[in-house]
Amino acid sequence: MKKFDLIKLPFNKENPITVQVLGICSCLAVTAQLKPAVVMAISVTVVVALANLIISLLRNTIPPRIRIIVQLVIVSTLVILVNQVLMAFVYDVSKQLSVYVGLIITNCIVMGRLEAFAMTNKPLDSLLDGIGNGLGYGIILVILGFVRELFGRGTLWGYPIIEKLGLYNIGYENNGFIIMAPMALILVGIIIWIQRSHDKELQEK
Amino acid sequence: MTLRNFFDKLKPNFSKGGRFEKLSSTFEAFESFAYTPNTITGGEKFARYRGCHIRDAVDLKRTIITVVIALMPALLFGMWNIGHQTSISNGLDWIFWHQIWFGFLRLLPIIAVSYIVGLTIEFLFAEIRHEEVSEGFIGTGLIISMIVPVTIPLWQLALAVAFAVIIGKEVFGGSGYNILNPALLARAFLFFSYPSRMSGENVWIAADLWGTDAITCATPLGQLMSGQPLQVSALDMFIGTIPGCTCETSVVAILLGAVILLLTGIASWRIMLSVVIGGGLMGLLFNTIGANDYMHIPFYYHYLMGGFAFGCVFMATDPVTAAHTNTGKWIYGFLIGVFAVMLRVVNPAYPEGMMLAILLMNCFAPLIDHCVVAMNIRKRKKRWAIAERRNIR
Repeated sequence: MKKFDLIKLPFNKENPITVQVLGICSCLAVTAQLKPAVVMAISVTVVVALANLIISLLRNTIPPRIRIIVQLVIVSTLVILVNQVLMAFVYDVSKQLSVYVGLIITNCIVMGRLEAFAMTNKPLDSLLDGIGNGLGYGIILVILGFVRELFGRGTLWGYPIIEKLGLYNIGYENNGFIIMAPMALILVGIIIWIQRSHDKELQEK
Repeated sequence: MTLRNFFDKLKPNFSKGGRFEKLSSTFEAFESFAYTPNTITGGEKFARYRGCHIRDAVDLKRTIITVVIALMPALLFGMWNIGHQTSISNGLDWIFWHQIWFGFLRLLPIIAVSYIVGLTIEFLFAEIRHEEVSEGFIGTGLIISMIVPVTIPLWQLALAVAFAVIIGKEVFGGSGYNILNPALLARAFLFFSYPSRMSGENVWIAADLWGTDAITCATPLGQLMSGQPLQVSALDMFIGTIPGCTCETSVVAILLGAVILLLTGIASWRIMLSVVIGGGLMGLLFNTIGANDYMHIPFYYHYLMGGFAFGCVFMATDPVTAAHTNTGKWIYGFLIGVFAVMLRVVNPAYPEGMMLAILLMNCFAPLIDHCVVAMNIRKRKKRWAIAERRNIR
């Protein structure tokens, strides 16, 4: 039960974006379309999960005074690996994501989980925690990517869904504002609003 | 049966424990729309503390109604101008009443959509939060319909109004708590969402009575932006017989509204004056720089074009979003004028700078107030310290 909580909680009560408010920068930058959002979500999940696992395995041998630099080395290695894989298999998406794959290194979620969880917990728990947080981050990215691509470009995963439905013929137009980063921030705000009005525990006094 | 009896008869149903308890805010809104509420300071809960406080007769309802009355000249002129522009562009020889009737029919759906969407959301939130429905939207709703192009598709307008009321106002707690002017927020939403419907040459003059087709015609700001010489005279721009947003073209009509607002003391003369000074000085500064044709236009042209006058009189002076201290109002208004003219002349992406200038300064108004208050405290402390030293001696 407790192990399952490690994966379940980041989806709701400990969501990295809506509750801990981490990783906002990349969440605004890569969600203009669904495809990059999904790829980014998977990349971050892989990096957080593996980094958590490795750090947890090494946790008793890392000297506390240089732990940050050790964590950074491991995270950077993983990010470079992920970047190479993306370039090899999904080159166009990798181009779209540009610097944001490299910037996973500085993603607060990764460092946050390493410091807060992996340094003091067992490898299996850390792995699950990493997967949970990566997916918790990912679910918000996918929601944003879905809404922004659908209403901003009229497509889903590149498929022109609005055009096929024939909505343009009756006067529908794409919303240019939703593509811009400010609207992504407002959408995150709306998700937080819905979540908190649903879950009274999360409301600050 | 009189209206009063009608309300009294219905009241128990909407009070606590009644059948329609959930709709109590709605009932209260309609009742206080028709009659002055008979409750006094302290309310029923604190009945035994009833005192002899003198209350100002100017409450929110009366303030908003005064604003609506002040908007009337611009609204009526706008109606006529819509018809006037269509008739002269089509080469038609419409009489005055035909022009005003055409404008009325074009404007009515815009006003209706703005009010219906906005008020529905206001009523919903009031019911959910068990609050009274505030009158704030009566003014906002009318202003929104006055600052959009006449050919705006109604569903886009509805979306913008919903966005402005929910994100701009209700999220912060309703009327009086908003950071940004909701009417301008609706316009900004439209401007960034559907730029082809809000700027350019194909939105300002309605081609016919129905639909969103437009006759191609650039506004004065559009002409200057694309480097053409101005094709209208200053007098035309002052009277307002130029293409533009529905009701903000006529400086004369807006000045009439300004007189009403200033005489009744609803709007701050400090803000209006400082916006005018700020815009004028910036215009003069550009005249001295004179790097291109746009910078050479006389500074007072900026007052006559686009939404400068309307924004200055009705939007910048919004008491909720403006600065509250008197010194703050001078700074706030001055910077609005400066930024509005600067955005117009320097930024090639935005033909009209007034909207963005006011929204920007809305964000900074609390900071300005904070600084003014802090300065005042420091000044008084210094004065007090000097007095203290003298006493010791």
